Amino acid sequence: MLTYLAKRLAGLVPVFFGITLISFFVIHLAPGKPTDIQTSLNPKVSYEARARLEKLYGLDKPVYIRYIDWLRRVVVFDFGRSYVDDRPVSEKIAERIPITLLINILSMVLILFIGIPMGVLSAVRRGSFLDKSTTVIAFTGFSVPEFWLALLLMSLFSITLGWLPISGIKSLDFEYYSLGAKILDVARHLILPVAIAAFGSLAGISRYMRSAMVGVIHQDYIRTARAKGLKGSQVIYKHALKNAILPVITILGLSVPGLIGGSVIFESIFAIPGMGRLFYESVMARDYPTIMGILTIGAFLTLLGNLLADIAYSYADPRIRVTEGE
Amino acid sequence: MKSFLKNKMVLASSIFIIVILAFALFAPFIAKQDPSAIDTNAILSGPSAAHILGTDTLGRDIFSRIVYGSRISLSIGFIAVGIAVIIGLFFGSVAGYYGGKIDTVIMRFVDIMLCFPTFFLILAVIAILEPSIVNIMIVIGLTSWMGVARLVRAEILTLKERDFVAAARVMGAGDAWIIARHLIPNAIGPVFVSATLGIGGAILTESALSFLGIGVQPPTPSWGNILMDGKSTLGVAWWLTVFPGLFILFTVLSYNLLSEGLRDMLEPKLRDDRK
Repeated sequence: MLTYLAKRLAGLVPVFFGITLISFFVIHLAPGKPTDIQTSLNPKVSYEARARLEKLYGLDKPVYIRYIDWLRRVVVFDFGRSYVDDRPVSEKIAERIPITLLINILSMVLILFIGIPMGVLSAVRRGSFLDKSTTVIAFTGFSVPEFWLALLLMSLFSITLGWLPISGIKSLDFEYYSLGAKILDVARHLILPVAIAAFGSLAGISRYMRSAMVGVIHQDYIRTARAKGLKGSQVIYKHALKNAILPVITILGLSVPGLIGGSVIFESIFAIPGMGRLFYESVMARDYPTIMGILTIGAFLTLLGNLLADIAYSYADPRIRVTEGE
Repeated sequence: MKSFLKNKMVLASSIFIIVILAFALFAPFIAKQDPSAIDTNAILSGPSAAHILGTDTLGRDIFSRIVYGSRISLSIGFIAVGIAVIIGLFFGSVAGYYGGKIDTVIMRFVDIMLCFPTFFLILAVIAILEPSIVNIMIVIGLTSWMGVARLVRAEILTLKERDFVAAARVMGAGDAWIIARHLIPNAIGPVFVSATLGIGGAILTESALSFLGIGVQPPTPSWGNILMDGKSTLGVAWWLTVFPGLFILFTVLSYNLLSEGLRDMLEPKLRDDRK
């Protein structure tokens, strides 16, 4: 198991460099220099002041030197300072990331605990009303614009019915609540964002689970398990699910970038001060150090998600860690 | 009975796709009102005989805006996917055909691209390059070719061992000829399935970008920015948000169902599993 892990980790190193290279490249697509707003567009700035500013941001060096400088700092999570408020980018990201992670982890849990049973049930009872309705939900989930659904649900539950708060993550008088009330308050604020974030992937996972399960149910070992008199539920959950879940684990890992990318949309709609919203604000303000920082962190989180999926996979399927670990 | 039902779904989505295509092609004949004509007497009026889907905050006819918007949204869908398919076919076939180091390098690149939260990447590039319809098409295309590349590579890995490829080589065909005339035509089936699915995805991405104000810029109507106009008036004028959203939903749904239908047609062995 350890050798397998070490091998997987070593394989991630070139991918990580690739990620930083692309992040860096994307930012340098920008026409002009980030200091233009302060310099050439402002006639009062002298040539010396311009040169000083460029030196401050390292713009007087050739691009590959800048990349190496940047990379050297990225390795220790130093993404430089924001052009907007001159605060360290890592600090800005660190204060925004917990809420984004919380929402993403909660929606992942929702996807697991609803999507997988939904897929298993519709595979077991193929053609039933339940199967047909999950199919309809799944296709709608693939096709619905998330932000539109978010707007409609917000309008229904928060404005028309008044059951849930409209936006943000806590009420104005949050500080005066007891601990229990605080948790309840945050939960009430997070219901819609988490549900919206989960909806699209939930649909996908239940479909994958269903087709994986359908493929497994007809295998000989399932017939054997039934023939030796095991209970139906035991056959399904102990024998079939264990095998059918393998491809689904990989898909779950692959859905991480979608979840993180989607955070821009629902954090904007629900006014949640998370990483997605920070990214949107940075993009609007052309705050390049923050954009690069979030792109890199986002990709890094995806790598982590994939690694966790691989570990879960090798845990579920011993063949992987034995044959690939050697 | 079940497959008949499924065919009916595929038929219904094909009809809907044709209707929307007709909207885009014959927009001036279908929408009689000018999509940018401002009517101060009819601001935020609900669906009526004069404006069948109501009007927006400037009194513009929503139906006309949706019909003209379909031109933008559909062309972004088609061209973005076209770009993705061309890049994916190129990288996928080169990786699959040559194998070895070339394959390793290309597939590593695919892995790296797959790590990025795509929407972040698109948002960053478009904001840096200025949001324009052309930029949106190119950037969506450049960030969505990886699936096609993987599919094509997998197909070509098995196809290149077949006798007809050896025969072509014996007759003196070059690599480029074998890839373009013998391998790609045989590998194109799954690409169609994935491209049809991709059109829906690209339409969704455009609408999300426009909704955030980084997509198609007003006054040009796209389904996403019509929706954005409705965001602030949702409480008083639901039609402004609901109708363009439904058009996006049903269009994307139709392409997804069509893709599913195509897959069933091309891979009959999967059909039994899905019953």
